[in-house]
Amino acid sequence: MAKELIRLENCTMAFDGEVVLDNINLYINDHEFLTLLGPSGCGKTTTLRIIGGFQTPTSGTVFFDGVRINDVPPHKRAVNTVFQKYALFPHLNVFENIAFGLRIPKADPENKKKVKLPEQEIRSRVMEMLEIVNLKGFEKRRINQLSGGQQQRVAIARALVNQPKVLLLDEPLGALDLKLRKDMQNELKRIQQTMGITFIYVTHDQEEALSMSDTVVVMDKGRIQQIGTPEDIYNEPKNAFVADFIGESNILDGIMRADGVVEIFNRRFQCLDGGFEKDEAVDVVIRPEDVDIVPEDQGQLKGTVTNLTFKGVHYDTIVDFYGFKWLIQTTDYCPVGSRIGIKIDPDGIHVMKKSQYSGMFGDYSSYSEEYDEISDATLVPEEAEEEAHYEE
Amino acid sequence: MRKTRRAGSRAFMGLVFLFLYAPILLLIIFSFNAGGSNVVWEGFSLRWYQELFQDQRMMNAVYTTLLVSVLATAISTVVGTLTSVGLYGMKKRWREPILSVNNIPVMNADIVTGVSLCIFFVAVIAGWNDLVVDGWNGFVTFLEENFRRTLPRMPELKMGFLTLLLAHLSFDIPYVILNVLPKLRQMDNSLVDAAQDLGCTWPQAFRKVIVPEIKPGIVTGALIAFTMSIDDFVISYFTAGSTSTLSIEIYSMVRRRVSPELNAVSTLLFVVVLALLIIINVREARQEKRASLPLDGR
Amino acid sequence: MRNKLSWLAAPYVLWMALVVIVPIFLVIFYAFTTANSVELAEMEGGLRGLFSMFTLENFARMGTYTVIFTRSFQLALVATVICFLIGYPLAYVMSREGPGFQRTAMVLLMLPMWVNFLLRTYAWMSILENNGILNNFFEAIGLFSLINAVFGTDIQYFHMIRTQGAVVLGMVYNYLPFMVLPIYSVIVKLDHSLLEAARDLGASTAGVFRKVIFPLSLPGVLSGVTMVFVPSVSTFAISRMMGGNNQMLLGNLIENQFLGGAYNPHLGSAIALVMMIIVVACMWIMNRFGEGEERAVML
Repeated sequence: MAKELIRLENCTMAFDGEVVLDNINLYINDHEFLTLLGPSGCGKTTTLRIIGGFQTPTSGTVFFDGVRINDVPPHKRAVNTVFQKYALFPHLNVFENIAFGLRIPKADPENKKKVKLPEQEIRSRVMEMLEIVNLKGFEKRRINQLSGGQQQRVAIARALVNQPKVLLLDEPLGALDLKLRKDMQNELKRIQQTMGITFIYVTHDQEEALSMSDTVVVMDKGRIQQIGTPEDIYNEPKNAFVADFIGESNILDGIMRADGVVEIFNRRFQCLDGGFEKDEAVDVVIRPEDVDIVPEDQGQLKGTVTNLTFKGVHYDTIVDFYGFKWLIQTTDYCPVGSRIGIKIDPDGIHVMKKSQYSGMFGDYSSYSEEYDEISDATLVPEEAEEEAHYEE
Repeated sequence: MRKTRRAGSRAFMGLVFLFLYAPILLLIIFSFNAGGSNVVWEGFSLRWYQELFQDQRMMNAVYTTLLVSVLATAISTVVGTLTSVGLYGMKKRWREPILSVNNIPVMNADIVTGVSLCIFFVAVIAGWNDLVVDGWNGFVTFLEENFRRTLPRMPELKMGFLTLLLAHLSFDIPYVILNVLPKLRQMDNSLVDAAQDLGCTWPQAFRKVIVPEIKPGIVTGALIAFTMSIDDFVISYFTAGSTSTLSIEIYSMVRRRVSPELNAVSTLLFVVVLALLIIINVREARQEKRASLPLDGR
Repeated sequence: MRNKLSWLAAPYVLWMALVVIVPIFLVIFYAFTTANSVELAEMEGGLRGLFSMFTLENFARMGTYTVIFTRSFQLALVATVICFLIGYPLAYVMSREGPGFQRTAMVLLMLPMWVNFLLRTYAWMSILENNGILNNFFEAIGLFSLINAVFGTDIQYFHMIRTQGAVVLGMVYNYLPFMVLPIYSVIVKLDHSLLEAARDLGASTAGVFRKVIFPLSLPGVLSGVTMVFVPSVSTFAISRMMGGNNQMLLGNLIENQFLGGAYNPHLGSAIALVMMIIVVACMWIMNRFGEGEERAVML
């Protein structure tokens, strides 16, 4: 199963001198469901467009099945794309949208003549596809008569009907509402398994990435931060960025006193990590659900509850420990202002090496960095810059 | 209170439209007048229509106007659309100055455009006649005198239909671009990507996706270009040379002697335009209806 | 991929250089030379000749046409103001109507533009003439006898054609749609929630109009003003037909220098150059308020 299909080697991409992708190395196996995950502007869409052939890397090589394809135009690649806003052709109906790729005369590899598919075959393939995406009976509809979810399916059918080896999906569920998104996640996974082809999926939604993928590639600032299975990424984040981006994390400064012993706030905690130098400064990740609340006198650490939000299953409790705000998810009710203690099991503590992201994340004074940014009059929003890339 | 205000605004609109249409109605009515006056009604007749169709000069002018408008519209639609696609693919810092120059013929006073084209054509034609025609004809004379052989002589160029057509192109193309380019920019960028992704080469994507997508812009652009051409007087006046368009004919007629034939011409034109507009509007309304069919309609 | 496309625009760029830019430079060249100066320069030859060719004589001669300049500007300005005074309310009340009504009104507004403007102007001539329709009508209802009886005068007709008023009327009649259309297209696109917000914040109907609608429709007004003023100030057909020979405007002056009796393309070019500068000034003001491409869309 693990046959390599696509490989990006040292791929770098720059627009007008601004580096968008910085030396990406990545291989993708056949039949894999791989997700490129990261915040906007991290280079995930650019990576996808390089694989799709819409952009050529400034330097580096793209291999498909062992062949260099840097200069192969999109229409000659065995790859199809589901675009972010679907990019369905408004002047064609559902049937014609799906049949679009089939109606393009293809060069026959043997005698180099352009051949058209017989109408009969086009019809049966489109119908088959409509069945796969649960849109039987919709073939005469116009695109503007479809709901978002239906359009989404048409876009998938239109790409899949060409029998690509790889399907690229650029935030395909971004425009759908939450519940529909969950259903479509299952559906996509099902389609991938039925068709047995490679899916490369781009998203900024970590939950989507974790629940669908075989492999997750976390990206930021044009670099790959971590590649791994969803479990690896969640349980063993490589740096503060990954820890913060995937799920909620309290990230603290710590010192590794010995293998299995980490010091936080001058207190020693048992942990399972090792292999660090003695007294090395490290980042410590503690997931909010791994913290147990105990009476103050029994706690390893003691703090004051400053904020409490009811979430249904649990409370989001913000606790101030020596000026550092922690997020704790617990079913215990602790009123604001109460003093509490906490206990953390050794497997609830994850130690990471220091990185360029150290100290940027993991404090819960506010939930998002944006919250601080929008109150800062000197900062200019980034959206204008992103637009510029598409202009090229 | 509300009602009176509404009635007031309707009355105001009615007055303005009366102002706009009274002269046209007058032309139409008096085109059927038996007498030669535009003031006194002397009974119904089709006399002026008859005279119009027998007036060779007038019919020639109508023919020239239609021919130049149709040609200019066809050429400018094709050129303008292709140019728009080119501009669409261009970086902003190049596109902006080009669009500014493109705006000049649209914004400039017609008379300035006409005069500048007139000078330009005169200069180019004079240069061509001096260098090429005189040179060639001199060579032919030389052959005839010394070798007793002859070749066809070249005629001197003059302003005429060709310069008229070029002048019309110069103001028609900008209108096409101004209508097509915004449609291109409104178009979802990824549609072209999608077409290529599904196996189209660039020309295929252009034909199968871009053209249907920007068709409304192309149609409007062509319509405006045609209107501008058929209605143009000032620029034609300065560049037509010996040929004459309907507008030029009317202008010279008004200066010399007014013939009620003009009423007949205006009536015919008005009826044609009205018919065209009704057709277009009915078609549009029908399309809109189709587009807004309820979700469960098949 | 898209960058390769830009070559499609190359032929047109070349064409514009030839048919738009070069002619403008020719006009400038003609404006700063005279038939005499060119001849002299050719005789003299060399660099000195080249320099002596250029002269401001044409511009100096324009002094004699001050009357025409003033008249052109005055009439064009009056026509523009009248167009605004009629056009803005019209655009506004049109935008308040239902969609079907608006559609019909738009077609009705544009329809006359498709009838040759010379023909429409010609129709006005027969209305305004001394023994034209309007005077005949006044005669028929006994207006003249009434006036003569009351004031003891002896008038047979109102003198309307071949006056400045007639020229202005011709301008307003021909260019009014150019004022209405841009204003209308701006007003009709105004976000309705803006108006509701203004009301919510306590503005009266008049307040909403003065503080929200009018400021937001200014780009349309500017566009309309330019589109009326520029053709008005440069017309020569309207002034010739409605004003006869005694209401000459700048346009007639230029026409005369190229195709008329006073053949002098150098002087004509100089006047055209002045007109071009006026247009550029208008364009510059327009550009400062944005709205480059929308013009043709709404036409």
